[in-house]
Amino acid sequence: MEAFTTLQATMAPMLRHDVDTDQIIPARYLRGTTRAGLGEGLFAGWRYGADGTPDPGFVLNRPEFAGARILVVGENFGCGSSREHAPWALLDYGFRAVVGISFADIFRNNALKNGLLPVVVAPEVAVALAQWAEEKPETAITIDLATQALTLPDGARVQFPIDAFNKRCLLEGMDQLGYLLWHEDAIARYERDREAMR
Amino acid sequence: MTTPRTLFDKIWDAHVVAQEEGGPAVLYVDLHLIHEVTSPQAFTMLRERGLPVRRPERTVATMDHATPTDRPDLTLADAVAVRQLRQLAENCAEFGIRLYDMESAERGIVHVLGPEQGLTQPGMTIVCGDSHTSTHGAFGALAFGIGTSEVAHVLASQCLLQARPKTFLVNFEGELQPGVTAKDMILALIARIGVGGGKGHVFEYAGSAVRALSMEERMTLCNMSIEAGARAGLIAPDETTFSYMKGRPFAPQGAAWDEAVARWRALPSDPGAAYDRTVTIDVSELAPMITYGTNPGMGLPITGRIPDPSTVTDETARASLEKALGYMDLQPGAGLLGHAVDVVFVGSCTNGRLSDLRAAASIVAGRRVAEGVRMLVVPGSETVRRQAEAEGLDRIFREAGAEWRYAGCSMCLAMNGDQLAPGQYAVSTTNRNFEGRQGPGGRTFLASPLTAAASAVMGHVADPRPLLAGAGERA
Repeated sequence: MEAFTTLQATMAPMLRHDVDTDQIIPARYLRGTTRAGLGEGLFAGWRYGADGTPDPGFVLNRPEFAGARILVVGENFGCGSSREHAPWALLDYGFRAVVGISFADIFRNNALKNGLLPVVVAPEVAVALAQWAEEKPETAITIDLATQALTLPDGARVQFPIDAFNKRCLLEGMDQLGYLLWHEDAIARYERDREAMR
Repeated sequence: MTTPRTLFDKIWDAHVVAQEEGGPAVLYVDLHLIHEVTSPQAFTMLRERGLPVRRPERTVATMDHATPTDRPDLTLADAVAVRQLRQLAENCAEFGIRLYDMESAERGIVHVLGPEQGLTQPGMTIVCGDSHTSTHGAFGALAFGIGTSEVAHVLASQCLLQARPKTFLVNFEGELQPGVTAKDMILALIARIGVGGGKGHVFEYAGSAVRALSMEERMTLCNMSIEAGARAGLIAPDETTFSYMKGRPFAPQGAAWDEAVARWRALPSDPGAAYDRTVTIDVSELAPMITYGTNPGMGLPITGRIPDPSTVTDETARASLEKALGYMDLQPGAGLLGHAVDVVFVGSCTNGRLSDLRAAASIVAGRRVAEGVRMLVVPGSETVRRQAEAEGLDRIFREAGAEWRYAGCSMCLAMNGDQLAPGQYAVSTTNRNFEGRQGPGGRTFLASPLTAAASAVMGHVADPRPLLAGAGERA
């Protein structure tokens, strides 16, 4: 996993509630056996018209948001299916962080395991960021994971929460499977004890 | 005296292998279910690191999401789907994992198959790269969906890293009226608390109305826990659970069965156990439910009226509702009864079990699927299909003009070619009405098998209650 320390980038605004993983990456894009190329299917239902041509009004098709690496969202982003293809598609497209009011549990877990940072902010902060992005798309914000701080375009700093374990994994690019396997002895002991109980 | 514990607490505590101060628990997984869509990249992760599958006997695989339902024949599937299905077969062969493949007489949707085979048992931790894993909670198992990285974690270590969720007691009290089902109970709960209402929590469904449900109805209830954002949904095991399980292929037998039942009887929450949140719903007041929007929380009693966005104060919430009604092409204040329907889909891990097919057949029997409506009935497993055929349900559906298919997820997520055309309306017994879920541009009304079947024969969204057997005498 690629480490996440600080990110200074522009934002794409998608201030909607309950954006589900079927919107992030529709099921018809889940038939592959690798993670490659999923960015193509990102928000496909909204991004392309029925004939497959890009909808010029959709945020990701607007040239001013072409370089955005931060997606600004509303409540409960990533609800629905457990498909890890959702964070894979966001990353493949170029996003490194999603800033929103709240995230669905499985999406959040999947994002953290791939170095895509979910940043929870107060509703008024999400609204303000989306407005900034709309009015001045060239505005960059800074996300600093070590201090858990977001620096807004006006210089104000906003703190965001993250648990200590996931923070460490992201900062060090530490792999969670390695951490799990480090518990091999405890796992083997657990299995032996349980067999003995039966 | 020890602190009273909930069913969730007991299962969680029994599965914590290790936990560092301030870190996630290393949680042991008893049963791991996999399917073709969310597992290939996990096996790739193992191969890249040269890791074996730690306990192959604790993982069970099936083919369900992308499989054709016309005939269980992969020559009918497209090349991309076939490659993914073959990949699953190769992975299972290489790592020694039991697979219910296209030739298997028991193959089915992963959440129908597990309980049916007796793999799903009370007190277990069960995970799968599929959010509807919550279904297995009906047996008093802690069951939840995981991502593909976590599928790799379980394959390699038989464990997961998990933060302890909070608990949420959902009391369903009272007695259901005729024509109102477990599907209506769960749609009513989600309409009440919203699609994010259960976030961070594990539900425990309790109360007289839950105790009165059959196992298949309990599975419908637990299946859609994720649609309220909950990690999982649990129901305390009882005699209904034990009598469903007894004699199933993977259930304990003989003396082991008696020992297991004794253990399972200790699982229900202790009197006085505390929950982080509680909600109570009187089911005697419920009517059949139907959704009008593009998430499962946008539901109303079938006789109800679509809400007006102008009454919503939060600007983003208002915009979301407007967008949903725009996608569905529905008017605020209108009712759904009588709304045109193009397709009726009966099936899925929510409502694809034998009792669901019986319910739909009870409405369809002696009637015809209305002109211009396509009705698709897809059993949740090959076992369900055979049982249904043994009772003649397939004949009832076929004679009414419905299509009778082989088992699979089919039009629930439209990965296998079964899908809506753009703009079509469907009444579906599935779990998600998201934009494009059943096919790009397709529009979904979620409802029970009774409501779906009633809509099929009437040719428009219909209340099943006047069509119930004996409805004439009651009226």
